[in-house]
Amino acid sequence: MTYIPHSPKERDAMLAAIGVKSLEDLFKDIPAKHRFPKLDLPPALTEMEAAAELEELSIGNENVHTDLVSFLGAGAYSHYIPAAVDHILRRGEFYTAYTPYQPEISQGTLQAIFEYQSLICALTGMEVSNASHYDGATAVAEAANMAYAQFRGKRNRVVISPTVHPQYRATMRTYVQGMELAGDDPKADLDAGPEALEGLIDENTALVIVQYPDFFGRVYDFTKLIELAHGKGALVCVTANPTALALFKTPGEMGADIVVGEGQPLGIPLSFGGPYLGFFTTRKQYIHKMAGRLVGETVDNRGQRAFVLTLTAREQHIKRERAISNICSNQGLMALAAAVYLSLLGQTGLRQVAELCYHKAHYAAGKISKVKGYSLCFEAPFFHEFSVCCPKPVAEINEALLEHGFLGGYDLGQDYPLLKDHMLIAVTEMNTKDEIDALVDLLAEVNHD
Amino acid sequence: MNIPTNLKYTKTDEWFDPGTGAMGLSDYAQGQLSDIVFVEIVVAVGETVAPGKAIASVESVKAAAEIYASASGKVVAVNEDLSSNPEILNNDPYDQGWMVKLEGADASGLMDAAAYVKYCEERAH
Repeated sequence: MTYIPHSPKERDAMLAAIGVKSLEDLFKDIPAKHRFPKLDLPPALTEMEAAAELEELSIGNENVHTDLVSFLGAGAYSHYIPAAVDHILRRGEFYTAYTPYQPEISQGTLQAIFEYQSLICALTGMEVSNASHYDGATAVAEAANMAYAQFRGKRNRVVISPTVHPQYRATMRTYVQGMELAGDDPKADLDAGPEALEGLIDENTALVIVQYPDFFGRVYDFTKLIELAHGKGALVCVTANPTALALFKTPGEMGADIVVGEGQPLGIPLSFGGPYLGFFTTRKQYIHKMAGRLVGETVDNRGQRAFVLTLTAREQHIKRERAISNICSNQGLMALAAAVYLSLLGQTGLRQVAELCYHKAHYAAGKISKVKGYSLCFEAPFFHEFSVCCPKPVAEINEALLEHGFLGGYDLGQDYPLLKDHMLIAVTEMNTKDEIDALVDLLAEVNHD
Repeated sequence: MNIPTNLKYTKTDEWFDPGTGAMGLSDYAQGQLSDIVFVEIVVAVGETVAPGKAIASVESVKAAAEIYASASGKVVAVNEDLSSNPEILNNDPYDQGWMVKLEGADASGLMDAAAYVKYCEERAH
């Protein structure tokens, strides 16, 4: 089918209606010499030549599978992805940007999304999940949108912990311009724990946002903070690492109203920062204020189980400027990857991944803290990431590590002035004991140089 | 279509009861929206409203609509049952389906039932 909606006759009629003679007349305000600038492009290549050139360019990339040993996390984590994830994703039935508005031809896609939602609810301990947002940062920002709408604009303060991911906080600052944002202070006492936020929550607070484990990998129970926030009438959003949720008490159990997070650890490659997955869950009572796509289970006219997009009237294609959010788009294939990953691993498998991460990280932390010049910055319990005070600038240490094929930890000084010479190290099931021991030796060596 | 003669109507399909000060959504409007799945009253007791101000937000399986005040006055009651049972608006838009009640309401400029029936019929074509 050719998709050229307008015939020459129709175009002429439209041009006549607006009083111009030709299509070119519409561009007459653009100086002629700028209309079709000469592009400095090399001559066209054959497919074989193009493939060879791209191959050569890609050799310049270094990745965490074949080139580097990675101890870098800070929001994106290297995990093993079973081969079946990619194979299922590439099936033609799923490999489409088409939104499944017509349930009669989309049962497979709709069921996959429904299962994604069910898995994410089980993981977070929440009642409803949408499917989904672009990434963790967007999901956190959408939580603020939702809380603002829930209070119909009557509460306009958002309290965010300084231990929420610095990039999420940057996204939040963009979203809440015109509202009050409290707690977003990188120079705050980072050892203070969740109690530090208590004084910031008032009767004008719509939402309190904390991270679990926090940006430094630390695990806190937010039950008391959530109770206090609820006492002031505010909602609480917890942004969580989904792998950690297989091991620890869920934010749902702590009483959170909204649980969001970055879904990349669930079967999605690092891919230089995207495409990723923002998951978003809440309680049933807030479902109408939640953005994003939602699939529900029902029965068809023959009484058979069927899946449909549901409660769509809250979305922007119907509600237009009155919709809670104007981002109702997502990267559906990434949600599918998470669903496939979670169903392949199962509850036990995901817990094993989380336990491996936990134990390896604690082994690494124990060894590193005994190396001369290095110490752990915080005493709070942690999951698979921890902060280390270093004897030299982190950039200098990382440069030395890279020479040995090791990707070092995140330089915390770039976001937290008080944490100059502090490195955030992530350890996952991908890191072997030998690699950890080698890292420890290299860190010792760097200090001697 | 059920258009009671004791009520007054707006061009945006709300009704107003001059006897009780209640207002809501007309039978014609609920029929156009089809199955209503969500109702949120967006004004509280004590607030003052005037024509053109939204008093409720309604979502059906196929559309979303704002419901506007049909008269001006002070809100003295809000129907709390609607948010948990939105289907009331489909089943009984005038009696159980009232949204808010006003005190000292001024309802000038509204259509009577006959004019509203004519207005609805015109739009059907």
